[in-house]
Amino acid sequence: MYQYDELDQAFVEQRVAEFREQTRRHLAGELSEEEFRPLRLRNGLYLQRHAPMLRIAIPYGLLAARQLTKLAAIARRYDRGYGHFTTRQNLQLNWPRLADVPEILAELATVQMHAIQTSGNCVRNVTADHLAGVNPEEVDDPRPYCEIIRQWATLHPEFTYLPRKFKIAVTGSKEDRAASEVHDIGLHLKRDADGCLGFTVLVGGGLGRAPMIGHVIREFLPLAELLAYLEAILRVYNRHGRRDNIHKARIKVLVKSLGPAQFREQVEREWHAGRAHAARLLPEQVERVRAFFQRQPYESLTDTDVSQAGEPAFLAWYRYNTRAHRVPGYRAVFVSLKAHGKVPGDMTAQQMESLAALAERVSFGLIRVTHGQNLLLADVRQSDLHQVWRELQELELAMPNIGTLTDMIACPGLDFCSLANAGTLDLAGQIQKRFDDLDYLYDLGDIEIKISGCMNGCGHHHVGHIGILGVEKRGEEWYQLTLGGSANGFTALGEVIGPSLPKDEVAGAIERMVETYRALRTEGERFIDTLHRVGLEPFKESAYALHPAAA
Amino acid sequence: MRYILRRHEVVLDDWYHFGESPPEGGSLILPLAELLKDPLRWRAWPGRLGVRLAPDASCDALSAELPRLGLLAVEFLSSGDGRGYSLGRLLRERLGFRGELRAIGAGVRQDQVFLMSRCGFDCMELAPGEDPEAARRALQRYDVAYQPGSGAAVTIRAQRFFA
Repeated sequence: MYQYDELDQAFVEQRVAEFREQTRRHLAGELSEEEFRPLRLRNGLYLQRHAPMLRIAIPYGLLAARQLTKLAAIARRYDRGYGHFTTRQNLQLNWPRLADVPEILAELATVQMHAIQTSGNCVRNVTADHLAGVNPEEVDDPRPYCEIIRQWATLHPEFTYLPRKFKIAVTGSKEDRAASEVHDIGLHLKRDADGCLGFTVLVGGGLGRAPMIGHVIREFLPLAELLAYLEAILRVYNRHGRRDNIHKARIKVLVKSLGPAQFREQVEREWHAGRAHAARLLPEQVERVRAFFQRQPYESLTDTDVSQAGEPAFLAWYRYNTRAHRVPGYRAVFVSLKAHGKVPGDMTAQQMESLAALAERVSFGLIRVTHGQNLLLADVRQSDLHQVWRELQELELAMPNIGTLTDMIACPGLDFCSLANAGTLDLAGQIQKRFDDLDYLYDLGDIEIKISGCMNGCGHHHVGHIGILGVEKRGEEWYQLTLGGSANGFTALGEVIGPSLPKDEVAGAIERMVETYRALRTEGERFIDTLHRVGLEPFKESAYALHPAAA
Repeated sequence: MRYILRRHEVVLDDWYHFGESPPEGGSLILPLAELLKDPLRWRAWPGRLGVRLAPDASCDALSAELPRLGLLAVEFLSSGDGRGYSLGRLLRERLGFRGELRAIGAGVRQDQVFLMSRCGFDCMELAPGEDPEAARRALQRYDVAYQPGSGAAVTIRAQRFFA
């Protein structure tokens, strides 16, 4: 993985020193909350419902064991002994004290980590496919380019005060595991006819209010032009994006109002005019960063079919929680943070420490954070799988449910977030309880449920096969259901099926819709495909069986 | 008179804003609209002439008058208003403006001056209540940067990407 050089290290240390002084000024009354706010946000610090929340960046989801161990120590010392992994490959601490935050950031800097630009109206943590580098069908590993973009975007003097937040995701394979089409910029690695590397550039995707799928504005951008082109996009946005209304300030609104063709023209014009002064990406810089992501020192092994022999519980775990690896004899192993009855994405300090130690032994000391709020050991020898499964079981990290209905995405919701209208965590628990029977769960196959506690859509409800959005109604928590969203390979936005439901009816409505699917599906047909084939109606009817008038 | 931060020094401002009644031959900063209303009149102004630009100003409107101008002031309406950073770079890089580039307005605070200087601003007329000495020190918070910068108002000992 990438290792800081002297510049990177000096930068994070100077950043900590700056924030320490800003926090001191704030606590001394020299810097009002209004003035402090944009500064603390750009260091990952929110003021939440109960306490500050600190969002720590895990660039493109890659963690070294010593970093995870440090996160555990921080969670123990400054928080309540756990953390929450998010869809954008960050870790959130829910209970730090404001006065401690500079110290937390200083500790992070000792292991080459930070919380820079994890919130605020600036370029956020750059995310990538969690199977980058190990997945057999990949144009190229996206992570070196994420790292280059991370550096370029860090305290970019021109783009630190954008109209609104700005999210970039990079993928290198057909299957879009990073939800790149619902990012402000999605970059898809590609080779042109001569085999030269570059990107297809999508702009203007986003969830939240008025969700939108990104538009391709350039089919092929040569790698060397990456930073110059990003500068052009960001400059057009920085100058012309709306600043008068927070709900219309994302780049997607600018792209929509200009039209993708006109937006593209402005970007291309800016790109050509600005190239002489834009940041240049030299081949030796690319090579320097790429060298950090070279293949691990894999042993020369052959594939063994582990999927046949063994106890059923192991086989189920193998089937659901492991994935193919490009190197013979290896598998990628999911670490499920979706144990039934636990908060999706939460992990205790104890689990972090033990997992870090396990990764040291079996996966080159590296851990990845996935968009789906799980972790991954990317490089496990097939001969170690049984032992790894046992150890993960002991840590309660082996719930064999990856890709199933209970592998839900949920934002922290009303329990923690001051924006939320409704709870998400207890609702996730209620749904998990309904689908606790594994045989039943497996029979349902691939169904994605995504839960957001408000319109901002951090739980990506728009792109869930079943999306759940918390709304407030007469001071109570109600939930609106959407069907037919998808973020994987083929991006689609779900459709609202009708009036919202009270909390205690949601899990039942989902169960009835799932039953409808079971009744209507053809052999081997997935939920989303049945839905596309038969349409919304039967699902609507079953969802509102208790309220026939609403269907 | 007011103090400004010019390059690395806190100095008394030697420019007057439109409406501040400068002495004969004094240095005057005009709103762009005022200049465009009567360019001939202002070409005859005996002293130095500068122009104040709104954050959404277009560079095209300016190019004809540029040789006559010794100063451009870009407004930052609040600390969250980032348009001026882009405008500053465009004035330096696209129009090649070599005179004084001044950041002005309620958004010009000590926590932003480093970014401004990296975008080509060599002068900051700070928001009311801001301490110019603190702003001067803030120019030295970082001595490393990832991006190429416009102008050399701050010292960078290590930099990643170059133009």
